[in-house]
Amino acid sequence: MTRVGLIRIAVIAAAVGALELACRLGFIRHQVIIPPSEMAEALYGLLAAGTINADIVRTLGVIGIVIVVSIVLGFAVGLVIHALPRVRQALDPFFATYYAVPIFIFYPVLIAIFGLSPMPIVLIGVATAVVAMIIATLNGLDRVPRVLTKVARVHRLGAFATAVRLQLPAAAPYLFTGVKLSVSYGFIAVIAAEFILSPAGLGRDISDAYTDFNNRRMYALILFLLLIATVVNSVLHVLDVRFAARRTGGRA
Amino acid sequence: MPRDVHAQLSAVTRVYPGAGNQPPVEALGPVDLELGKGEFFAVVGPSGCGKSTFLDVLAGLQTPSSGTVTFEGKPVRGEVPEGIGVVFQEDASFPWLTVWDNAAFGLRRNGVREAEVERRVDDALAFMGLKDFARAYPAQLSGGMRQRVCIARTLVLQPRLILLDEPFGALDAQTRLLMGDEVLRLWRNTGATVLLITHALDEAAMLADRVGAMSARPGRFIEIIETGWPNQRDSSIVSQAAFGEITGRLWELLRGESMKALGHQAISAAR
Amino acid sequence: MTASRRITDTLIVFAVMLATWQILHQIAGATALPAPLPTMKYLVHMLPTARFAENALATLEAFTLALALAYAIGLAIGVWMGAHRLSGAVGEPILVVVYSLPKITLYPVVLLIFGLGISGKVVFGAMHGILPVALLTMGAIRAIPPVYLRSAQSLQLSPLQTVMTVLLPAALPEVFTGLRIGFTVTLLGVLLGEMFASKLGLGSMIMADMSLAQSEDMVTVAIVLFAFASIANAVLLWIEGKLYRKT
Repeated sequence: MTRVGLIRIAVIAAAVGALELACRLGFIRHQVIIPPSEMAEALYGLLAAGTINADIVRTLGVIGIVIVVSIVLGFAVGLVIHALPRVRQALDPFFATYYAVPIFIFYPVLIAIFGLSPMPIVLIGVATAVVAMIIATLNGLDRVPRVLTKVARVHRLGAFATAVRLQLPAAAPYLFTGVKLSVSYGFIAVIAAEFILSPAGLGRDISDAYTDFNNRRMYALILFLLLIATVVNSVLHVLDVRFAARRTGGRA
Repeated sequence: MPRDVHAQLSAVTRVYPGAGNQPPVEALGPVDLELGKGEFFAVVGPSGCGKSTFLDVLAGLQTPSSGTVTFEGKPVRGEVPEGIGVVFQEDASFPWLTVWDNAAFGLRRNGVREAEVERRVDDALAFMGLKDFARAYPAQLSGGMRQRVCIARTLVLQPRLILLDEPFGALDAQTRLLMGDEVLRLWRNTGATVLLITHALDEAAMLADRVGAMSARPGRFIEIIETGWPNQRDSSIVSQAAFGEITGRLWELLRGESMKALGHQAISAAR
Repeated sequence: MTASRRITDTLIVFAVMLATWQILHQIAGATALPAPLPTMKYLVHMLPTARFAENALATLEAFTLALALAYAIGLAIGVWMGAHRLSGAVGEPILVVVYSLPKITLYPVVLLIFGLGISGKVVFGAMHGILPVALLTMGAIRAIPPVYLRSAQSLQLSPLQTVMTVLLPAALPEVFTGLRIGFTVTLLGVLLGEMFASKLGLGSMIMADMSLAQSEDMVTVAIVLFAFASIANAVLLWIEGKLYRKT
């Protein structure tokens, strides 16, 4: 663990500690924020009792589906578009503005069409994440050095072998960035959807706990979601950095 | 000494179609050349004259617009024939594989037995001085070493014709001279026919049995000079008088062409 | 590829999108998804209404405040972390991870602290915008080549002159990218806040429409928001392009 890493842990610990103290000493009202230790305790209780297991499965399951669909679909579409330069040029302004508009605002429209099922949540999740994967795929395929395709021909590789053994590994760092973004966007969209309107799920739980003034339950759930999202995103971030370092090492 | 013909180009031209409203570009030709088996042939010429296109056409990476290319008696058309190895100017080492795996890349595909793969790769890496770096990744190596990885990858396939497209262009002058010795060593050890493309006149004069001076675009051979060097040569021949004469003769041939090439570049930059 | 061909290609994409909309409308029915043409007609009628103006202004007010807050705090954090190496090294991964988290999980906390009025929406929107502004500003400052500072020193520039004539122009393009992205995510944050817990604003208007099955209104408001965001983004991109070209 580097010095910087240790300082970082210390800073986070100090922040949590300060919050704990402020809550315990009454600087922050109990009705507003409960001490972190109480949050952890409440979470442990919930998990031990198994009451939220169904919701955990549902939320994480939906997120999982969104991520897998977005990555596979995004990669496939990116691959096709990359092979059709004219289509790509035509779609360029579309991709450039896609993440500038609040796509999520279509969630209520989807509910109007599909009703209160997991479907609108999956759709809004995929709609949010898939374009990031498409853009990352296009970027990655762009960045395959031309000379590698020549090497493929010198080794007399067919189109499939060239794609799998050369283009895919060469594009991999950029593809992985797409995966990272898809995961992050998938989490964000699904949980936001569950918050706004959903028959079930962790987001719905937190929303209910808030309206019921059940702070203990609410904070326990918030802590749970944030922990999972933090762990998943951090792991992906570390992998992304490691990938990049091994690739670019000393290259100009 | 007369050699068997290994590869041949007859009346080869290469014309690139113009993009949009631009006129087509005559990049190469007409070119006639016979490469003798086991000879070391260098091609020099000003930048943009079509040297790389020449190599691409010879290797089968591009099809000539007219004329024929043959390798070992068979026509070369659209794909790279078995037995030809190419080392490119750009760094083509695969960053996601170790040096060892890079070298083994072509072999593994061809279904060669694992024991044989190991033997050939170990030999090639040892020959190129990369034995201690077998487990390293290209990103950890210098430019010169990465080029050696690419050469090792070509060597393991035991090509009979080795094409080198300005492989030392990105390296500093001293490294280039040393790499020149390595290429000679490689040539003698493998007995392959070697064709080296370079813009460095002294490099061509030092390394080759014959040097083809190529004109500015569209590239044609103005003259092919026989150097007459003995087989067991190395970079020390630069001290001989003949070396200076050959280099001088090459510059004599190419000076005017280089000025023409500069003119081309000024025009296409202005467009 | 000529310019006119590019425009016709983009128009073809537009036409395809409209056709898809029409087809989805046929499948889903008018109560769920109105057709493009009726929606356009409705748009013309809706824009001058008092109800729309009231909600639009509420969103605009919250958004402007949130944006100002996000820019101010984001720039401050970004400059500090960019200039102070250690803080940057310690703080960057934290910011990056927080950026990837679903911030809506914290919205109830924001509401508990700031109440259900406009303050909650403003803070929530700002929470979204601070991160890209901070991260990109930090990157911009870090990326200033040290030789610029040495040149400034050798020219005997005062600290203020150094900042105004060297650092700021050098960092500006990337900082502006942060501001542009901040614009987008702050708008999203404000709208999310309105959708979850608000009686006023375009976000809550959409939610009200949904519960009253007024699809035409809902889709129309969405289109208005899309148009606003696209145009704003296009303008910001244009400015950004000019900034990058100068450096």
